[in-house]
Amino acid sequence: MDKSMYAIEVENLTKIYGKGETAVTALRDANFKVRPGELVAILGPSGSGKTTLLTCIGLINEPTHGRVVIDGTAVADDGWQSGIDLKKMRREKLGFIFQAHNLIPFLTVQENVMVALEINGLTRAEAKNRSVELLNALNLGHRVNNYPSALSGGESQRVAIARALANRPSVILADEPTAALDTENGKNVMDLLKKLAVENHSAIMVVTHDHRMVENFDRILQVSDGRIAGETNNM
Amino acid sequence: MNLAIRDIRYHRGRFILTSIGLGLLLGVVISMGGIYRGLIADALAILHANRADIWVVQQGTNGPFAESSRIPEEIRYRIAAVPGVAAVSPVAFQTIQIERNNKPFRFFLIGHDPDSFGGPPSIIAGRNIRQKHYEMVAARSMKIALGEKIRLGQNEYSVVGISENIVSSGGDPAAYVTLADAQEIQFKKSNHAIRNERAKIRAGVAGNKALSPQQAELLKQSIIATTESTHTVNAVMVRLATGADLQETQELIQRWNQLRAISDKEQTAILAKGMIEKARMQLGLFRVILLVISAVIISLIIYTSTLDKIRVIATLKLIGSQNRVIVGMILQQSLLMGILAYVIGYLTILLTYEKFPRRIVLEAFDLQSLFVIVMAICTLSSFVGIRKALKVEPAEALGG
Repeated sequence: MDKSMYAIEVENLTKIYGKGETAVTALRDANFKVRPGELVAILGPSGSGKTTLLTCIGLINEPTHGRVVIDGTAVADDGWQSGIDLKKMRREKLGFIFQAHNLIPFLTVQENVMVALEINGLTRAEAKNRSVELLNALNLGHRVNNYPSALSGGESQRVAIARALANRPSVILADEPTAALDTENGKNVMDLLKKLAVENHSAIMVVTHDHRMVENFDRILQVSDGRIAGETNNM
Repeated sequence: MNLAIRDIRYHRGRFILTSIGLGLLLGVVISMGGIYRGLIADALAILHANRADIWVVQQGTNGPFAESSRIPEEIRYRIAAVPGVAAVSPVAFQTIQIERNNKPFRFFLIGHDPDSFGGPPSIIAGRNIRQKHYEMVAARSMKIALGEKIRLGQNEYSVVGISENIVSSGGDPAAYVTLADAQEIQFKKSNHAIRNERAKIRAGVAGNKALSPQQAELLKQSIIATTESTHTVNAVMVRLATGADLQETQELIQRWNQLRAISDKEQTAILAKGMIEKARMQLGLFRVILLVISAVIISLIIYTSTLDKIRVIATLKLIGSQNRVIVGMILQQSLLMGILAYVIGYLTILLTYEKFPRRIVLEAFDLQSLFVIVMAICTLSSFVGIRKALKVEPAEALGG
């Protein structure tokens, strides 16, 4: 398969919840492409369809119509493509960052990163080395044996970023990653994402309604009433 | 990475406390099984201690343990003459309850012929009975000191020896006296009753004008001797000679119509199946109910524990975890809880079973079977949690 020059390609993406008279169109004919290394914001008010867009690209919500291509692999074309192992795609190609960090409370910082690696088939030793490398890079080397409950909000989000990066994904999807952080920590996280997008050559899409952060993005997709209502390029 | 172990390690306090609670419940289940085995062991203790091949009892009864049986003592001589019989020993049994230290004191009195078999199986303190009258060997669990005197009927009996624990089928500790003493205690009437009976016999005989005074006196003496005789036993135990045929010997003994010859195997069946069948069913039902309660508790614990982990499970699914990782986590936790609870239950009973009022017999087969059942219950109970976990959508990891 020819490698696409885009990490994400979305064509006429539509998501309709329900059927008949109760059907609700959450997303309508979305079209955009994201290059590797690009940091893109999906900006819009609550209920505009941002999270639906993210979940369709994140392979957890089946698109009703349209086409989604991740790192050159068509995963959806009017529904999931047959023969696609969605879990495998999520393990290998996608990384997720959440508003509430979603660290596993009973695993240490290092184990939270290792779990993503071991799920992807790495040996324990390989997972250990890679997790230490990542946590050191994110200035969390001193926290490896701590549980998430002992971390600050900013540290927790950095651990979540380390976990998302663990398998060197082509695409990182972040859902309101700065919503639970103060301005300083929010800015630090955005700076980190920007740096990682460039260094790792990953496409990073961030759902946010935090207008304080918009200047950090290469591109901003404005979503309103289920449509891509506008696009702003900061590059 | 073993997520089940990691979760348990993090929530160890909760896990251990839950397992202790469940363990105590399983301890009760184990003890119920032990009580049942104890009932069988108690019921068969005297049987095994005497090692008789045949129990000769009153015809039409399941005596001497399951039913009352009375046969004349002198029958022993006739039985001893039956071909194939090596030794006989008449025995009299009686459950006695007296006041001792202002408390009810209950025990099983065995009267045996000291010159034959059937006495205490082993003496751990003092000596065996040597005199024909007024000596007693008591079981250790009766907690009677050597030399202590116990009043039974009209006489006092000195405890001259302490035997290993022997109990009746009802679980009462056994004490041994001579057959003559046991007969006197069991069959001798009170002085008042004797006086009354003699007066009645005298009046009856005196009223018979067909008898001469001499004949009347002889008849009176004869009737009194018969009615006041204590030469009755509950059973005669028989040991067969080497090579003797059991069935044939039984048939020979049963030619006398007033007797029934019960083999040791048949006596075992009467005791084990007949006498304790209801207790077995009762205990069995309790065990089943307790196991069902355990299953419900494990299910609830695993289900609520799964509910606590919904976001963790959703996150694992979102980052591409296979279902087997999640199923394994829940199943292993359930099994580990079952194993820990079982060990706690087992140790609790192991450390306390001697303090139970009735005998607890822990058999390896019962313990192994229960362990397998507990594992099966844990596996089945975890299904409710697994079902819930498999329904969790990865999308649930999103949002605040």
